[in-house]
Amino acid sequence: MSAAFESPAVLGLAVNKLNAWYGQAHILFDMAIEVKPGEVVALLGRNGAGKSTTFRSIMGLVPKVEGDISFNNVSIAGLPTYEIVRRGLGYVPEDRRIFTDLTVEENLSVGVQPPRPGLEPWTPERLYDVFPNLRELRGRQGGRMSGGEQQMLTIARTLMGNPSLVLLDEPSEGLAPKIVEQMADIILKMKASGLSLVISEQNLHFARLISDRVAVIEKGAVRYAGTMADFQARPDIRDAFLAV
Amino acid sequence: MNFYLVQFLAGLASAASLFLVSSGLSIIFGVTRIVNFAHGAFYMLGAYVAYSLTERLSGALGFWGGIVVAALVVALVGALLEMLLLRRIYRAPELFQLLATFGLTLAAEDLSLLIWGPEDLLGRRAPGFRGAVDVMGLPFPSYDLFLIGIGPLVLLLLFLLFRRTRWGVLVRAATQDREMVAALGVNQKWLFTSVFTLGVFLAALGGALQLPREAVTHQMDLRIITEVFVVVVIGGLGNVVGAFLAAILVSELNAFGILIFPKISLILVFLVMALVLVIRPMGLLGKAEGPTRAHASAAAPWRPLDGSVRLLVMAAVILAALLPFAAGDYALSVASELLIFMLYAASLHFLISTGGLVSFGHAAYFGLGSYGAAIAVKSFGAPMLAALIAGPLLGCLGALLFGWFCVRLSGVYFAMLTLAFAQIAWSVAFQWNAVTGGDNGLLGLWPAAFVATPARFYWLTLALVVPAIAVLRLIVFSPFGYAFRAVRDSQLRSAAIGLDRQPIQWASFVVAGTFAALAGALYTFSKGSVFPDNLGIPLSVDGLVMVLLGGIETVSGGIVGALVFKALSIWLTSQTDYSKLALGALIVALVVAFPKGIVGAIEGLGGRKVRP
Repeated sequence: MSAAFESPAVLGLAVNKLNAWYGQAHILFDMAIEVKPGEVVALLGRNGAGKSTTFRSIMGLVPKVEGDISFNNVSIAGLPTYEIVRRGLGYVPEDRRIFTDLTVEENLSVGVQPPRPGLEPWTPERLYDVFPNLRELRGRQGGRMSGGEQQMLTIARTLMGNPSLVLLDEPSEGLAPKIVEQMADIILKMKASGLSLVISEQNLHFARLISDRVAVIEKGAVRYAGTMADFQARPDIRDAFLAV
Repeated sequence: MNFYLVQFLAGLASAASLFLVSSGLSIIFGVTRIVNFAHGAFYMLGAYVAYSLTERLSGALGFWGGIVVAALVVALVGALLEMLLLRRIYRAPELFQLLATFGLTLAAEDLSLLIWGPEDLLGRRAPGFRGAVDVMGLPFPSYDLFLIGIGPLVLLLLFLLFRRTRWGVLVRAATQDREMVAALGVNQKWLFTSVFTLGVFLAALGGALQLPREAVTHQMDLRIITEVFVVVVIGGLGNVVGAFLAAILVSELNAFGILIFPKISLILVFLVMALVLVIRPMGLLGKAEGPTRAHASAAAPWRPLDGSVRLLVMAAVILAALLPFAAGDYALSVASELLIFMLYAASLHFLISTGGLVSFGHAAYFGLGSYGAAIAVKSFGAPMLAALIAGPLLGCLGALLFGWFCVRLSGVYFAMLTLAFAQIAWSVAFQWNAVTGGDNGLLGLWPAAFVATPARFYWLTLALVVPAIAVLRLIVFSPFGYAFRAVRDSQLRSAAIGLDRQPIQWASFVVAGTFAALAGALYTFSKGSVFPDNLGIPLSVDGLVMVLLGGIETVSGGIVGALVFKALSIWLTSQTDYSKLALGALIVALVVAFPKGIVGAIEGLGGRKVRP
C-alpha cells in the first residue's frame, strides 16, 4: 500500500507491484503502470500477454489481486467496481459488451453518473456530436448495429459516467481500416477534452497515431516503458515482444 | 357451451396469482441468476399475513389495505433475507443458492406452523366482490372477474416499470450482463436487493389475493412452486410476457384437464411442458442462455484413491460389516437406511459432479425403484431378490425415457425438467390407485425369510451398496467417465475431438437413475412399504443437500454428505417437532459456512492437491 503514497504525489493512475490470479493460475507479475492527467498511454502486447487482465484487475473485476493501485492519490485496490467507476475511472471492455436488448439511448442511460468538477459533463447530445452515427441510431436496439457502431456505443456509454481517465481495451480490434481512423480521431478528441486514456493495442500503427507513452507487456509483466518517440527508435523491442 | 366459457374464465382467474408469483421468480432469476425456491414460501407467507391483517382490520379499506400491507411486509422480510443471506452466496454455484432458498422454505413451513397453527385458515370474502355475476346464464364469482383483470394490469405496470424508468433499464441491462453494469458504476448490491424485493412483493401479493378464493395451508408453498417452475420454464426464464402467457396456458390446462382427462389431470401440465421444451428448449419466449459459467478450471485433478486411503476405506467397510455384533436392532435398521441413502446420494453425486448435470428430480428414480420392487411383489408375487432386480429395471427404463428429454437441455432448464418429470412420476403413483395404492401406498413388503432380521438385512444392504458405489467410482475413472467429464467442462472442445454430448449424458443419466433405483428397491424392503413420498420433491432435495454437504467438486463427497445429513435428520426428527425449522436453518448455515462442502472443507484444511 505505502509505496504508492511515498512516490511523488501525482494525479492520475499509479499501479505498482500488481499481481493477479485466475484460480491457481498466476497471470500478472509485479505489473506497474503510471498515467498522468491528460496523457494517452498505450499498453502493447501480444494476445494473452496480460493487457485485458491488467484492466480488469484495476477495475476490481478479478477475484484475486494483490498490489497497489492508486487513482488521484487514493488507493482504489479492493474497492468494489462501481466505487472505482464513481471515482472517475471509466472502462471500455474488449468484445464491446453493449446491452443488445436495449436501445442506443437506453445503453447510454445505464452509464449515467453525476458530473465531475473541472470536466464538461457529457450529455447524449454532446456525445452525438462526437459520434454522429449514434444520433441517427438512437432508437435502435444495440443488437442490430454493426461492429463499428457498437464499438462507438461502448465508448460513448462509458463517457456518460464523466470519467477523468478511461481504460480502453483494444478499441481497433475487428474494425475496418476506415473505422479505425475514425476511432483514432475520436480518441484524440477525447484527449483534447482533458481525458487521460490507457489503451491496450496490438495494432502498432493505430497506437502510434494516438499515444504519448508506451508500455510493452509480455507474460504478465512490463518489459519496456518509454515515450512513443523513444519506442519508435527501438525496433529491437518491437521485434522481441510484438512481432507475430 | 356456456359451461366451457365459465370454465375458461375460472382458468383465467387462477392464472392471475400464478402469473404474479411466476413473474416475480422470473425477474429475480433474470438479474441475480438465483432460482428462488423460497418463492413459494413467500407466496404462502403473503396469504398468512394477509389472513392475520384482514381478520383484524375491518371494512373494505381494512381488507384491501391488509392485502397490500401483507405483500409489503413479506417483501420487507425478503429484502432482509437478501441482504443478510443471499448477498453472501451470490458467487457460490447455482446449486448452493437453490439449496439455501430451499432451506428457507423448510424453515418457513415450520415457522408458519408455529405462528398460525396447523389448521387450514379460511379468510374473509373480498368486500364488493362477495357475490356472483351472471355469465351467459351461469353464475360466476365476481372476485374471479376482478382477478382476471389483475393479471394484465400487473403486466402493464411491469412493462411501464421496465421500459420507462431508469431502474427498469438497469434491470434489463443487468439481466444481460451484470458485470458490465457494475463496470458502468451501478451498485449491484442495491439493484439486486430491489429486484429481489419486487419479486417477493409480487409473490406475496399473489398469495394474499388468493385469500378470498382458497384456504391458507402449509402446503401452499410446494404446490405453487412446482407450477411456477413449470410456468417460467414454458414461458422462458427471465421473460415476464412469457410468464404471463404460460400462466394462462397452465391454468387453462388445469381447468380443462379436470373435465376432459380427469385421470391424468395432474400430469397433463407436465406433459405439455416437456413438449414445449423439446420444441423450444428455452421456452416460448426465452432466449438462449449466455455462455455457461466455466467449471472450476484450475481445480486440482481427480485421482483414484491411493494405497493408504484405499486401506482406510477397506477398514471402514470391514468395521461396518462387524456392526451387527455391536449394535441393536433399531441402530441396525437406521444403519441400513444410512447405507441406502449413501448409494442414493452417490448416484446423484455422480450426475452432478462428474457430469455437471444438476438434477432436481433424482427421487423419481429412487421412487421408481421402490415402486418397481413393490409392484413386482404385490402384482406379480415376485420373491424379494427378483423384486430387487425389477426395481432397478423400472428405474433404468424411467431414466431412459425421461433422460432422453432432459439431456437435450442444460443448466437451470435441465434442473427444472428433471423436477417436472419427477412430479409426473409422483402424480402417477399418487393417482393410479389400482396399481400403486395411491396416497395409501403399498404395505406389507417385508424382506425374504433369509434376511428377515435387521442384522441380516443390514448385511444384504451392505453387500449391495458397497459394490454399487465402487462401480460408480470405477466409471468416473474409466474412459467413459473421462468423456462424461469432458462434455461437462467444455462442450465445444469435446465436440471438436469427436465426443457427442447427448448420448454420453443420456447414458450417464441412466446409470445414475439405475443406481438410485437400486437404493429405492432396498428402501422398500427396509421400510416394508412404499408411498408417493418416495418420489417427492423433498426427497429430491434431500439428495441435493447430501451432495452439497459432501462437496460438489469431489469424487465421493456425496457419501459423506448422505451419512451426515441422514443421521442428523433422523436425530432431529426424534428430538423436536420442528425438525423442518432446524433442518432448514442448518442447511442455510452450512451453505454460508461451507460453500465447498464438508469434504471440500477438510481438503482445504489439509491443503491437499488431490481430490478423493
